[in-house]
Amino acid sequence: MTDASADARRPQEFEKVLSGSDTSVASFDTHTRSPIEKIQHFLHSNPAAVPLIVLVASIVLFGLIIGGKFFSAFSMTLILQQVAITGIIGAAQTLVILTAGIDLSVGAIMVLSSVVMGQFTFRYGLPPSLAILCGFAVGALCGWINGALVSYMKLPPFIVTLGTWQIVLATNFLYSANETIRAQDIETQAPILQFFGANFRLGNAVFTYGVVAMVLLVAVLWYILNHTAWGRHVYAIGDDPEAAQLSGVRVNRVLISVYVISGLICALGGWMLIGRIGSVSPTAGQFANIESITAVVIGGISLFGGRGSILGMLFGALIVGVFQLGLRLIGTDPQWTYLLIGTLIIIAVAIDQWIRKVAG
Amino acid sequence: MATEPLLTARGLVKRYGRVTALNNADFDLYPGEVLAVIGDNGAGKSSLIKAISGAVTPDEGEILLEGKPVNFKSPMEARDAGIETVYQNLALSPALSIADNMFLGREIRKPGILGNWFRMLDRGAMEKRAREKLTELGLMTIQNISQAVETLSGGQRQGVAVARAAAFGSKVVIMDEPTAALGVKESRRVLELILDVKRRGLPIVLISHNMPHVFEVADRIHIHRLGRRLTVIDPKEYTMSDAVAFMTGAKAPPEAAIAA
Repeated sequence: MTDASADARRPQEFEKVLSGSDTSVASFDTHTRSPIEKIQHFLHSNPAAVPLIVLVASIVLFGLIIGGKFFSAFSMTLILQQVAITGIIGAAQTLVILTAGIDLSVGAIMVLSSVVMGQFTFRYGLPPSLAILCGFAVGALCGWINGALVSYMKLPPFIVTLGTWQIVLATNFLYSANETIRAQDIETQAPILQFFGANFRLGNAVFTYGVVAMVLLVAVLWYILNHTAWGRHVYAIGDDPEAAQLSGVRVNRVLISVYVISGLICALGGWMLIGRIGSVSPTAGQFANIESITAVVIGGISLFGGRGSILGMLFGALIVGVFQLGLRLIGTDPQWTYLLIGTLIIIAVAIDQWIRKVAG
Repeated sequence: MATEPLLTARGLVKRYGRVTALNNADFDLYPGEVLAVIGDNGAGKSSLIKAISGAVTPDEGEILLEGKPVNFKSPMEARDAGIETVYQNLALSPALSIADNMFLGREIRKPGILGNWFRMLDRGAMEKRAREKLTELGLMTIQNISQAVETLSGGQRQGVAVARAAAFGSKVVIMDEPTAALGVKESRRVLELILDVKRRGLPIVLISHNMPHVFEVADRIHIHRLGRRLTVIDPKEYTMSDAVAFMTGAKAPPEAAIAA
C-alpha cells in the first residue's frame, strides 16, 4: 500500500523518459507541404473551387472551339435560363444532402406544387396568388412528411424519398387527371403564374426573373449555411448526428426544418416551371431529381454529408448547362453530353474522396 | 469530509428490459475534487454517468445538485444546469472549425439588427473566447482556430473537447475515458489538463479503465460493482491491486470504506 501511494501523485514510472522526449506533439502543421498537399489543403477548405475551375475551363474551351456564337452575352444568359430550375431544385437537394440524406422526391414535389397552383386557380376559381400559396403549402407538407419519416421514424432518406417520389407523382397524375392547363389560358386569366418566365434585357443579355430568383436563393442559402447557427447545425448533423445531438443540436428539429424548406424551395421551382414551359403540365420535370443530384455531386458536395458549398452546386448546374449548349452548338449527338456528364460525376466523387484524405 | 457534496444521487434504479443496469446506486461528488469512477465492464458505470449527465432518465431515485433536486430529461438540461460532459467519442463535428465546435448549440450572435434579424453569427467573439479558453488550458500550440477539427491529432481533439467542457461547465465536468484512445504522451497532456481544470476549482468526474491514470489524478475512487456503489476508497490508502480486487469481487471492501 505504501509504495503505491508514494508514487500516486507523480507521473508513472514508465513515463519519466517523456521529459527527454520530443515535445512537438501538439505543434501544428509545421512541416513543409509538397505542392500536391498544398492543393489538397486548399481544396479541402474551399470545396467550391474544383467546380469553379472546371466551369471556367469548359467555358474557355467551348469559347475557343465555337467562338463568338458561344462566347456571347446571349449564349451565357441562355445557359443561366436553362439551368434556373435545376439550380433551384439543386438548392433544395443541397440542403438535404448536406445532412447526409438524399431527396429523390424533389421533382415530384415541384410538379405537384405547380399542378396545385394551376388547378386551384382554374378548377376552383381561387385568386392565383392564393393558389400559389396553396402550392407552397403542399410543397411544405410533402417536405414535412419526408422529414418526419427520416427524423422521428429513423428511416433511411433514400427509401423514404423513393417512396414519397412515387406517392407524390401518382397523386399528381390522379389529382390533375393528366390534364394540361394551356399557356394561353394562363396568360389571359392568371399571368402571375408565369411571372418567373418574364424576362428583361441588358444589352444582349437576357435574364428571366427565374434566373434572378435562382441566384438570389443560392446567395441567401449560402449566407444562412455559413453565417447562422442553423446552417452550422445542418453541417454538424451531416458530419456526425450523434456528436451534434450531444453537443446540443436539436437534430430532429433541424432535420425536419431542412426537409420542409426543401419542399418550399421545390414549390418555388414548381412556380418557375410554369413560367419556363408556359403551361401547367403534370408530366413536366420528370428528371429534376436526377438533374439536381448531378448538379450537387459535380458541385463537389459530399454525398456522405457535412461537406461542400452550395455555390459548388450552382457551378455544377452551370457546368452541365455549358456542356449541353456547347455540344449542341458544335452539333454532336446529344448522347455525348450524357457521356461527358457521367464521366464528370465519377471524377467529382473521386476528387471528393481524395480531398477527404487530408483529414488522415 | 466536512463540506456538503455538490452533486448527490441516492437510490438510482435503471432497468433495460430484464437487465438492471443500476440497482440502488448512490453517488457523491464534493466541490473541487477529482472523483474517479471505476468498475468492471457491465458494472453500470456508464448508466450511472448517463443518469447524472442527463443522457438517460433513471426509473427511480433522486439526483441533487447543490442540495436541490434535479430531473434531467436530456443532456441539454444537464448542461444548462452547469454539468458538462466530455464523451468518449468527444462529440465533435470533424468538418467544422475548432471555434464552431466549441460553440455548437450555443452560438453567439452579432448584436443589433445583424444578429436579431439576420441571425448572423459573431465569429470574431466566438473565436476570441475559444482562443482564450485554449490558452488558459495551455493548448495554444493550436494556432489556427478556424482549422477543421479533423486536421487535429487525437490529443488536440481531446483538448478541444475538454476546453469546451471547461469553458461552459460552471459546476461539474464529467470525462468519459478521456485517455482511452490516446498515446502515452497525449495521455499525459490530458491528465495535466484534468489537473488544470481542477485547479480552476471545477470538480471532475473521471471514468477510466486505466488504473495508473486513476491513481495519479483522483482524490477519491468510487468503485462500482453490480449496478451499485460498492465503496469509495482513498487512492493514498490502497493499491491498484486492491482496487481491482474490490472491483472484480475478488476481495470484500473494508467496513470503514463502505461508510465513506
